[in-house]
Amino acid sequence: MRSDRSQKSPLGLKIAAGLGLVFLHAPILLIFVYAFTTEEKSYQWPPPGLTTQWFAVTWNRPDVWEALSLSVRVAAISTAIAIVLGTLCAAAVSRSKFFGRETISLLVILPIALPGIITGIALRSAFALTEIPFSFWTIILGHATFCVVVVYNNAVARFRRTSGSMIEASMDLGADGFQTFRHVVLPNIATALLAGGMLAFALSFDEVIVTTFTAGQQQTLPIWMLEELIRPRQRPVTNVVAMVVVLVTLLPILLAYYLTRDGDQIAGSGK
Amino acid sequence: MTSAVSFQKVSRHFGKVKAVDAVDLDVAPGEFFAMLGPSGSGKTTCLRLIAGFEQPTAGSISIFGERAEGVPPYRRNVNTVFQDYALFPHLNILDNVAYGLMVKGIGKAERHKAAEEALALVRLPGFGGRRPSQLSGGQRQRVALARALVNQPKVLLLDEPLGALDLKLRENMQEELKALQKALGITFIFVTHDQGEALSMADRVAVFNDGKIMQVGTPQDIYERPSTRFVADFVGSSNVLPPDFVQRYSGQHRWGSLRPEAIRVGKATRGDGVSARLVSANYLGATTRLALDADGLRLHAVVPAGTKLPEEGEALVLTFNRDQLHLMDEAG
Repeated sequence: MRSDRSQKSPLGLKIAAGLGLVFLHAPILLIFVYAFTTEEKSYQWPPPGLTTQWFAVTWNRPDVWEALSLSVRVAAISTAIAIVLGTLCAAAVSRSKFFGRETISLLVILPIALPGIITGIALRSAFALTEIPFSFWTIILGHATFCVVVVYNNAVARFRRTSGSMIEASMDLGADGFQTFRHVVLPNIATALLAGGMLAFALSFDEVIVTTFTAGQQQTLPIWMLEELIRPRQRPVTNVVAMVVVLVTLLPILLAYYLTRDGDQIAGSGK
Repeated sequence: MTSAVSFQKVSRHFGKVKAVDAVDLDVAPGEFFAMLGPSGSGKTTCLRLIAGFEQPTAGSISIFGERAEGVPPYRRNVNTVFQDYALFPHLNILDNVAYGLMVKGIGKAERHKAAEEALALVRLPGFGGRRPSQLSGGQRQRVALARALVNQPKVLLLDEPLGALDLKLRENMQEELKALQKALGITFIFVTHDQGEALSMADRVAVFNDGKIMQVGTPQDIYERPSTRFVADFVGSSNVLPPDFVQRYSGQHRWGSLRPEAIRVGKATRGDGVSARLVSANYLGATTRLALDADGLRLHAVVPAGTKLPEEGEALVLTFNRDQLHLMDEAG
């Protein structure tokens, strides 16, 4: 059967595709709707009435602000650590040949392949063994393990597409290592790092499992939300926060997608 | 007079691979010097040793009298035109050309002026605002040249400078490079595997094989008086003659070479000479190249176009002047 681009797809297929999308996204819309409900003890459908009061209530809850601020700080610092370590590691793996290079590459990627619960238990026992008290910094360490992977993957891909003779050309023209990094390497990998960084930020921002194992008394935003579901009190506040989380994580991911989408040609190898 | 570039017993070994092996080399200031050889012969490694991307495992290199071992590429007054040009895709043409001056801390107005001048020198005035991706291969080549020359290097290195260009462009660029080198008086060292390119452009040629220099000399030396069988074979299409054959004409038991154009082809009835049969004739435009069989020895001769060609398999007599027979260094 030949398929023309202009040819219309059968109605059945359209309905199936529509249902699939509804299945994927309707629950998210439901969360948004419940943020406006007047019923605060249970999730009742349809909502008995609509109100915007929960936005004001959320705004005035100090525990929300604490959790949000903690999550933002953890995500920001984990991302910063990941960008530095991930870039250095990617540069080493793609720019030089050394014994055990493939192994290192695999070990760096491993944390994202491991179930979070394994990473969490492993880190928790390691912290306990070395008597490191659980704190803000242990959460960051936990998050950095998988944030590094995201940055590393993005940076490695970009390094592979950047011609090696560009760096030599820069040195040849009189730039030392630092100047070459600043004027040639960084501009060529900047978008990849930005994209990797934003993905890392989004991952860290909604992480639950590793956080539960590495946090002390602190509550990041996702953990705070879990707690809120268990003891119902001003339930729609959770939904308001959920909306914010969706926006905060969705925007960077979309932006990262657009940043890495273009640029298929290999930088600097044009003839 | 100090050499522009001087190698004393320079070796660069990669593990067991002897990329460059005990090479001695002297390039005079202002010379247009070619390093010719097949791929893997060590010519590019030699270029990289001069640029500073490789360090010798043994021997010493000096550039205008200064020892170069351990000196990083960014502290050598040497610039390279890379085979793939290696232009910076994130900078426009003007900033690409001005890059060397920028990292040296020269002000924007001054370096842009110098870059404009360099672009004019390579006949690309007004291209400064474009991106490398908007230029053709030949134009990128010129930009790469301008980017190197703007730094006023003492030695300019060119790695297979014409390799990626098509034939017509290559011929133009050959003339242009030669003219540019004459005008600027800078020492040019270029690497090529194309013997025609080396012979037509260079003042002197070094022929590389297996990490060693086989012969250094003017294009005439290399072409007419090859010192080894390899050079005779690689540079052009010389007939390599075995010692027994050579002994009959020169009295010395050594390998010899004879240019195809030195052989005269005549009918079998005429006098003494080497008797041979025609195997095939290849029409090349201005000339025709004949493959001949002289008692099992394969010889090539070149005759001008318009010559009446013998039949295939016809018995012929080959003659040549004995002083055209060049004796090589290798004994039999």
